[in-house]
Amino acid sequence: MMDILIKNLPILVVLCPLMTSLLVVLIPNTFFSWGLTTLSTFLTFLFSILLYKEIQIHAYISYAIGKWIPPVGIEYIIDKVAIIPVIIISGISFIATIYAYKMIPEEIEKKSISKVYSLWLLAIAGLIGLVTTGDAFNLFVFLEISSLASVALVAMGAQKDKQALVAAYNYLIIGAVGATLYVIGVGLLYGITGTLNMTDLTNRITDLNNNKALIAGFGFMIIGIMVKAAVFPLHIWLPRAYAYAPSAVSVLLAATATKASLYILARILFSIFENSENLINNTLLFVILPLSIIAMFAGTIMAIYEKDIKRLLAHSSVAQIGYIALAFSIGTKASIAAGFIHMFNHAIIKAGLFIAITSIGFYIKKRVTINNLSGLGRALPVTFFCFVLCSLSLAGLPLTAGFISKLYLIKASISSDGIWIAILILISSALSVVYLWKMIEVLWMRAPKKIVIKENPKIYLSLIIITFLNIYFGLDASLVVNGSFEAAEKLIGNLK
Amino acid sequence: MISIENFILITISAPLIVCVLTPLISKNSILRDCLGPIGGVISSWGAFNIMSSALNNQSINLEIIKIAEGISIGFKVTPLGAIFGLVASFLWIFAATYSIGYMRGNKEKNQTRFYTFYAMAIHAALCLAYAGDLLTLFIFYEVLTFSTYPLVTHKQNEMAQKAGRLYMSILVGSSVILLLPAIIWVWVATGSLEMSQSGVLNGKINLAYTPLLLAMFVFGIGKAALIPIHKWLPAAMVAPTPVSALLHAVAVVKAGVFTMLIVLTNVFGIDFLAKTGASDWLIWLASFTLLATSIIAIYKDDLKARLAFSTISQLSYITLGGALATSMATQGAALHIITHATGKITLFFVAGALYVGAKISKISDLNGHGTAAPLIFLSFFIGSLSIIGVPPMAGSWSKFYLILGAADSDYVVVIAVFCISTMLNAFYLMEIPARAFFFKKEREINLKIPKLILIPTLITSLLTILLFFFIEPFQNLTSMIVSKI
Repeated sequence: MMDILIKNLPILVVLCPLMTSLLVVLIPNTFFSWGLTTLSTFLTFLFSILLYKEIQIHAYISYAIGKWIPPVGIEYIIDKVAIIPVIIISGISFIATIYAYKMIPEEIEKKSISKVYSLWLLAIAGLIGLVTTGDAFNLFVFLEISSLASVALVAMGAQKDKQALVAAYNYLIIGAVGATLYVIGVGLLYGITGTLNMTDLTNRITDLNNNKALIAGFGFMIIGIMVKAAVFPLHIWLPRAYAYAPSAVSVLLAATATKASLYILARILFSIFENSENLINNTLLFVILPLSIIAMFAGTIMAIYEKDIKRLLAHSSVAQIGYIALAFSIGTKASIAAGFIHMFNHAIIKAGLFIAITSIGFYIKKRVTINNLSGLGRALPVTFFCFVLCSLSLAGLPLTAGFISKLYLIKASISSDGIWIAILILISSALSVVYLWKMIEVLWMRAPKKIVIKENPKIYLSLIIITFLNIYFGLDASLVVNGSFEAAEKLIGNLK
Repeated sequence: MISIENFILITISAPLIVCVLTPLISKNSILRDCLGPIGGVISSWGAFNIMSSALNNQSINLEIIKIAEGISIGFKVTPLGAIFGLVASFLWIFAATYSIGYMRGNKEKNQTRFYTFYAMAIHAALCLAYAGDLLTLFIFYEVLTFSTYPLVTHKQNEMAQKAGRLYMSILVGSSVILLLPAIIWVWVATGSLEMSQSGVLNGKINLAYTPLLLAMFVFGIGKAALIPIHKWLPAAMVAPTPVSALLHAVAVVKAGVFTMLIVLTNVFGIDFLAKTGASDWLIWLASFTLLATSIIAIYKDDLKARLAFSTISQLSYITLGGALATSMATQGAALHIITHATGKITLFFVAGALYVGAKISKISDLNGHGTAAPLIFLSFFIGSLSIIGVPPMAGSWSKFYLILGAADSDYVVVIAVFCISTMLNAFYLMEIPARAFFFKKEREINLKIPKLILIPTLITSLLTILLFFFIEPFQNLTSMIVSKI
């Protein structure tokens, strides 16, 4: 029994949420549909932990769907790289589901709730499928599944604010363009190589250096994925989508959606095209490096001037995606590892911040703007305390997870003679303290209002868990750090 | 027999326990207020023992948390750390006692929060004193900044908010943008975050980059308050006086110069600095800061502002001593950490006493009030003499060594800087007792000073005298800083 389970883990992490998503839609009862969703996300998380254990033994698991041997059949690959986003996505979606218990019924009318949970699971299944598949076209399928489900989830925010419809529409159109670009790229590659299997692609591309179709295909794929990953300036769908989605959806999307695409970006750059060194080096140096530096500053500066807190956090995400892309663009083992470290840490940081802010929104029954925050620190001690800790983590202050990311990112850029990159990263992270402090100061400083709010443990439970993770991974980072270094080594081998 | 490891743990955890217990027993205000002095006694008992083991040349490495491969939080005993740890924990006893008198006398709000963060700041300062490597040093440097923010903005009004912004933006900004990459640069260059008594950089770094790296450290350590990153210190004076006294005359600023000295001696190494001349520019910058802020102090009528600028000037003595890179000057700099701390805390205590007693904060309002509180003004006089460097006050020792050190170096002109600044010190500090005792009274005031304020003030002023006679163990320690292994 256990044996069969372990053997099928790579597909179970996708199938579990996918199948429950079909089931949940049939349950009209709010509590039971939530219960089943929680169970499913918990099982998915459990499976990914088991998968992690397996990876420590086998290092590489290839799973042939329906026993069709790859490259003919579709192959799922789990290795030391893929396991990182799998754990991030399944872990965060479990915590976000706990959070959803109180938030979804608050914002969505009763008859749609089970549909929301169904979409919710579908999005999770899509994201996990995205990172586990070893087939370039299957990846497109999952990209669409996760996008369409996310778009529908964002649109659910319309019951509170009609702006959500515009946000969802933007997300839909821009997302579809991105996916189309990606699939055009895959088509071109298929045309010249005759395969869709990623491992196969890598081998066949070797002989095709400087082939124009190859370069064009690569370009389409990269741009398509960069749209999904919200790398500046292709991020314009993101702030609105995160800002107007229902609270729990914002948490889920902010922490997981772009991470999966960033992982795909790394896969394409360092694994599929690992043999086209010139092409990759030029892309890293002339496209991704400058764009991510601009993203770091543009996102941060937009956040400083933003008054609506959910949008502010979304702008900050654009900047943080910049850090991860920047780490990849330096292209050394240490920097790619730093990128993965930050991918993990940013997921727990942003989930924490979005939970804190949206739960403040729940308590005050208003849209959270900087003015609405005044004096709430005293009324909401637990939320405020967790918010401060997660903010410090985002700013990269010592003893938090964010510090570990920053430490390795700076170290990687200094070791590759990029002290100026290090200084730019630090200036931008010092600027991020400005917008974080703006919020903390308002919460802390202004005279306390005479409103009595009682904090609800059902809401802050997930916040406490995620805040604890932020501190824990700041004190004991060896798991994340070692995992990321192994992933980076797997990705770029011993080339550099 | 308790081992040194345990003494380190006792010293650093006493304030942490106070910090945790204070909010828990906030209902019983007497018990809550007693925690501070008790914590101070326990903590300084540990610090004394650490100092004696440092004198016996015992060295240990205590790793508390291993964060990841190659990075950990750990502690060790260094002579300089033993000095700073003792100063911070021992003066905490008196500052904590004083705080009780001040906070009650002034009827301040949110006292529990105040004591909680006060203890946390001391904890951070002590962890910094015994930091075993550069990363631990940096971590507690930042913790110190963040734990003092609620103290600086204690009043939670508009002025406090502005000061808090300036405080955070300078201290966090400088440390994150410059200090952190400097530390990581050392990490990349030497392959570890370790420090050693003779410096770690010799031969590991391109000599052309050494002044740049030093500049990143110097401007990254905002707490040492060199011009142009000194502005946070006068701004921080909006805090209640016990904060200004212990934190902004002892713990925080001394943490800054302590970090500066550790970097100069244990990262660069004074021989390396003297050989390469990488710190020459720092001598000029520190001299400029020293004189310029002394002159600004003369024009400040607000007593705390004047003391703040005087502090900036005195901090530059320490930086200057380190930058001169001779063994005498470094010894003088290390001694100055102790002597200036005891002197300046006394002066701040007096400033707070006058505020609690009669809401006096301006120097021009002091005329003729000397007889109303002779002991308080006497304490101020003694503290001032120590800062100026008149025997038999402790301050004379450190100045003596600093001047000797300047004479040893190639920069004899620095002696003139010390002498001019001594005259300026006398000028702006002596004005206060002079006004109090010799000027004509303008109006009647009712100056009543609580015992809990008066006694700590008298003790610290006595300490400045006692230290003059019992300076020997400290001299032995400072000579160990510069001795060759």
